[in-house]
Amino acid sequence: MTVRLAEGPSGSPARQRPGPARTGPTPTRGRSKRDRPNVLAGMGVALWLVIVALPLYALLIATVQRAENYTSSGPFTPPTDPTLGNYWRAIENGLLGFVLNTAIVTAAVVAIVVALASMTGFAIVRSRTRWTTGVFRVFLLGLAIPSQAVIVPVYLIIVQLGLYDTLTAIVLPTAAFALPVCVLILVGSMRDISEELYEAMALDGAGSVRTFLQLVVPMSRSGLSTIAVYAALQAWNGFLFPLILTQSPDKRLITMGLFEFQGQYRIDIPGLLAAVVLSTVPLFLVYLFARRSLVQGMMGVGGK
Amino acid sequence: MTSGTSSPVTGGAARSGPATGGTGTGGAGVGAPAGGPRGRSARATGPRTGRPSAVWAVPGLLYFGIFAALPMVLVAYLSLTSWGGLGSPEFIGLQNWTRLVNDPLMHRAIWLSLLLTVLTWAVQTPISLLLGVWAAGPQRNRAVLSALFFLPLLLSSAAIAIIWRALLDPNFGPLAWLGPVLGLPTVNLLGGSNSAFLVIVFVSSWQFIPLHMLLYQGGARQIPASLYQAAEIDGAGRLRAFWHITLPQLRHTITTSSVLMVVGALTYFETVLILTNGGPGTDTTIVPFLMYRAGFRSWELGYASAVAFTLVVVATLVALLLVRFTGFGSMRSTKEGL
Repeated sequence: MTVRLAEGPSGSPARQRPGPARTGPTPTRGRSKRDRPNVLAGMGVALWLVIVALPLYALLIATVQRAENYTSSGPFTPPTDPTLGNYWRAIENGLLGFVLNTAIVTAAVVAIVVALASMTGFAIVRSRTRWTTGVFRVFLLGLAIPSQAVIVPVYLIIVQLGLYDTLTAIVLPTAAFALPVCVLILVGSMRDISEELYEAMALDGAGSVRTFLQLVVPMSRSGLSTIAVYAALQAWNGFLFPLILTQSPDKRLITMGLFEFQGQYRIDIPGLLAAVVLSTVPLFLVYLFARRSLVQGMMGVGGK
Repeated sequence: MTSGTSSPVTGGAARSGPATGGTGTGGAGVGAPAGGPRGRSARATGPRTGRPSAVWAVPGLLYFGIFAALPMVLVAYLSLTSWGGLGSPEFIGLQNWTRLVNDPLMHRAIWLSLLLTVLTWAVQTPISLLLGVWAAGPQRNRAVLSALFFLPLLLSSAAIAIIWRALLDPNFGPLAWLGPVLGLPTVNLLGGSNSAFLVIVFVSSWQFIPLHMLLYQGGARQIPASLYQAAEIDGAGRLRAFWHITLPQLRHTITTSSVLMVVGALTYFETVLILTNGGPGTDTTIVPFLMYRAGFRSWELGYASAVAFTLVVVATLVALLLVRFTGFGSMRSTKEGL
């Protein structure tokens, strides 16, 4: 308490300072005129805040509501006796199994994508042969192949390979469809490695493998983490491939699990929503601890 | 790990750099080659360039070819067959295509898909642009609020559709509770044909505006501050600065974001499946959903392929536009010109 009081007086002159000092620290955006509070923007943002936050608030409130009170107590009043029962019920209904399947698929997809995209990117950026430009074009065009458009042949291929209703069936096409964006991002970040570094490696007698492992991989770490996050997002949130390529309950991924829950527990909305919230926890943790990579990974194409 | 990057950067220390960095990346790999190249023989036969042969691209290309490019070709072939999922596809010529051209459901689906594309674009672009430009400002409260606005991005499409379905539930949802409070009749928004469509537009906007807001925020931060200072000296107000500086400077971002929106709207699927299941009736049956319905509900996979091929063609056209107008094809380094 005393500490805070002591800060008070010294804080107030500091608070007056921003007026004259403003020219210093905020040169990025204009000054005087543009410093007027932008009332219109403020109102717009407040409206958007309501649109974003209110549903999320109602979601969280619903998940700690007792199922029997859900309709009667109103969606925006916090429950008088909050419960975690909905979360337990979601877990009892097999949510953890879905999470485990999803984690396995995600890890495999990330491994495949990182390995293939980094090798391909290296070849595109550094190889002297002309047809690597063609390779790059192929991936560029691949950017816009929507997975919906080729799901029938993918189904045919997976059935022919005898992989229907396995986790591998989900991994293979998910990784393939994440590849173009990842190659694009990596080519971008590998191009930023300066020529002198390559020359220094070459002078040192390094072959392509060593150049790759000791120069390219360490220097494109931010690109690599971006594509890892991007691939993980594709796998974690993927819906169509699991929907079409698997059917048994023990192969269910988290998105499919939620979809099934919705069919089964139509009345138990708090339980369903609790499962939705739980399914978001891993991503939320990534958001808290690796926000930069996550944001870049999400922007994918647009990020470059 | 940091030593691995920092030492090569100095350039002059490159000889020691890789050696120290190597302990972090692959200890086993360092031992053998590190000794070899130092020997005269490697240098005598001419300097090694460290350039990869094109073979490095083969695994990625093959993999992508089998699971993404080959299906592109196969979908064209399958559209000429009749296939029920079991056995092998049977060639039937152009039957699927004549059916597709005359299918009122397909006409409707194309119309609905175009409508969805235009509407989502028209809703999302202005909102995400304004929010993005706003969020690009240096103020602290803007950073805090943008972090909050980001939250919908953490949810999968499936999760978002489930949440909104619960919120809009006419019997159990908040809307059912809110109606009487506001004195409005309880409506089943997902039950009416127009309202169900608008709900899909709304939910997709709710889901994707944060992403596009981030794009515009990034774009707006790239705009040199000197432009705004010059405008202010000329006496331009906030609106004119926005109109004459921000918008023109954001044109590449607008292109990128618009292309993403269009491709996204054309392939919108999960939300429709979960929220409306294409209904009421077929009032929200857009092209990707029609493809799913024909293929994996009626098991007319040949016909579904014809529908899908239509999507491929449109998506490829968009891809070409993307390459053409956003300059991805030029493969330029972001640091070039700095």
